[in-house]
Amino acid sequence: MPALIEVDNLVKDYPGVRAVDGVSFSVDAGSCFGLLGPNGAGKTTTLEILEGITDADGGRVLYLGAPRDEAYREVVGIQFQTTAMQDFQSVHEALQLFASLYSRHRPLGELIELCNLGELLERDTRKLSGGQRQRLLLAIALVNDPELVFLDEPTTGLDPQSRRNFWQLIEGIKQEGKTILLTTHYMEEASVLCDEIAVIDRGQIIEQGAPEHLLARHFPRALIRIPLHALSDPANLPPGFEARHDHAVAASDDIELTLSSLRQQSVALDELHISTPTLDDLFLKLTGHGLRES
Amino acid sequence: MNLKRILAVVKARNREFYRDKAGLGWNIFMPAVMVLGLAFIFSSPEENLYKVGLLGGATDTQSTPFLDTRHIRFIAQNNEAAAIEKLRYHRIDLLLDLRAQPRYWLNELSPKSYIVERLLLQSYSNPSPPIKRESVSGRPVRYVDWVLPGVLAMNVMFSSLWGVGWVIVRYRKNGVLRRLRATPLRAGEFLVAQIISRLLVVTLVTLIVFAGTNALLDFPMRGSYPALGLVFLSGAIALVSLGLTVSARVRSEELADGLLNLISWPMMILSGVWFSLEGTNPWAQRIADFLPLTHMVDAARRIMLDGAGLLDVALEVSILLSIGVVLLTLSARAFRWQ
Repeated sequence: MPALIEVDNLVKDYPGVRAVDGVSFSVDAGSCFGLLGPNGAGKTTTLEILEGITDADGGRVLYLGAPRDEAYREVVGIQFQTTAMQDFQSVHEALQLFASLYSRHRPLGELIELCNLGELLERDTRKLSGGQRQRLLLAIALVNDPELVFLDEPTTGLDPQSRRNFWQLIEGIKQEGKTILLTTHYMEEASVLCDEIAVIDRGQIIEQGAPEHLLARHFPRALIRIPLHALSDPANLPPGFEARHDHAVAASDDIELTLSSLRQQSVALDELHISTPTLDDLFLKLTGHGLRES
Repeated sequence: MNLKRILAVVKARNREFYRDKAGLGWNIFMPAVMVLGLAFIFSSPEENLYKVGLLGGATDTQSTPFLDTRHIRFIAQNNEAAAIEKLRYHRIDLLLDLRAQPRYWLNELSPKSYIVERLLLQSYSNPSPPIKRESVSGRPVRYVDWVLPGVLAMNVMFSSLWGVGWVIVRYRKNGVLRRLRATPLRAGEFLVAQIISRLLVVTLVTLIVFAGTNALLDFPMRGSYPALGLVFLSGAIALVSLGLTVSARVRSEELADGLLNLISWPMMILSGVWFSLEGTNPWAQRIADFLPLTHMVDAARRIMLDGAGLLDVALEVSILLSIGVVLLTLSARAFRWQ
């Protein structure tokens, strides 16, 4: 699959801080690529450079193997983290305005259906709820039927139900074959939507790959937790376990073997908890407190 | 330039303007209320400072003790015809010639002229003073007639400066500009759209205020309507461009508000909207020559009061359009989306 967009050694400096420090990656056409990182890591700045909103101080961005030109704006759609509409306009008027700014646009009826805006068309854009507003902003990002869609923390501030509804919309866009580049700090969002992620911290990519590959690379298959009070002698932990707060925790690649070992030592398994590692665990491992201290 | 994109932004901006009922009301009724209020205020003689034109310059004050009267400013006049015009247009309150055959002129429609005449006659011990009385001839001009072109021009100024300057800063601050920048819309197209939108608003509001206040005050309109329209249009272009220049990079609404006030208040005072600069500091008069509002007010007064036509105001229109072109070029170069 050819790379739709390539980023090579991107650098962006602000007074006293290097916000983006040698970031390189490429995004395949038709895939969903996620930039993950803590607040201030440089995700939004990286995205803004790719969007053409901010100029880089170094490095280059190629679209379909060539530097971007004026036509680039016609083929990308952008949903900013925060944005305002002009006052006193309805949802339908906002869509019409943005449709008029492109040389070609997607039929508005199709867009309205895709983003579930049918009942909101006459509503003043200032009177939309958080979820409704994000759907409108997504529709505006898609109004020119773009090849590449940028979504900057698209579900921040939404309640869990609205967030899941929004994910369904993005899944719909993916099925249309659009390429999506999103930033998020919701790990669940990244694992549900992204084919590939890059974890960015202090302006640098510190890990990159498909979510399942990254988890396999950094974690065993399962984490086994037992409350300390369930152990007959909390000071003497079973082999392979270590104390974390009020739990004994062990990483295991063979759950059956670990459980057999616990049974042989007469450990009560009533309160035992087995979990598979998530991107949350990966995120904490890669960008957590220990990493910052180092 | 893409006309479709420009028209889309014009439409959105106009919609924002006319749907904002509070703002719309303020834009139309404020200048109308101001004109009517002035008509009321200046129908009573409340001011205590008078201006008297003195043909031939200073004279022996012992023989004419009137020249010692406090709270009267005596302004030397060299040209009798020009001085009489000033009296007719309320720029001076009385004209005095104390040379060989003493005489004075007054404006019968001016309350101040009446008061100054009383003071003049009382300054003579002789109940029949040896001075001849004359009235200004020609069509009468009330103070409200004189001030109205200035108020209309001032309304154009406020609407042009704030309607563009402040709005663009607000757009920049709340992210509207950032969102528009992400589209193929170019900066030049966005600026042209703002200018067109504001010129439409200014034209409409000026027409409404003109017609409304005329119905109530029946002020004179002796010149060419197309010329008056052209003067206000070219003035609006100059002032919208000034607003664009101020807002080209500013991100704070408070700073924009301060800068716009800094520009508009001196213009309001020095451009002769409310009172004549006759007899004031020459520097103030020199500064006034550089202000677009001065040229708009002068040209509008000459059209409405003197019956001037298109050719008579060609100079002012040229100056206003030149200011507009220079400032628009500057603002287009300085403009930043963020």
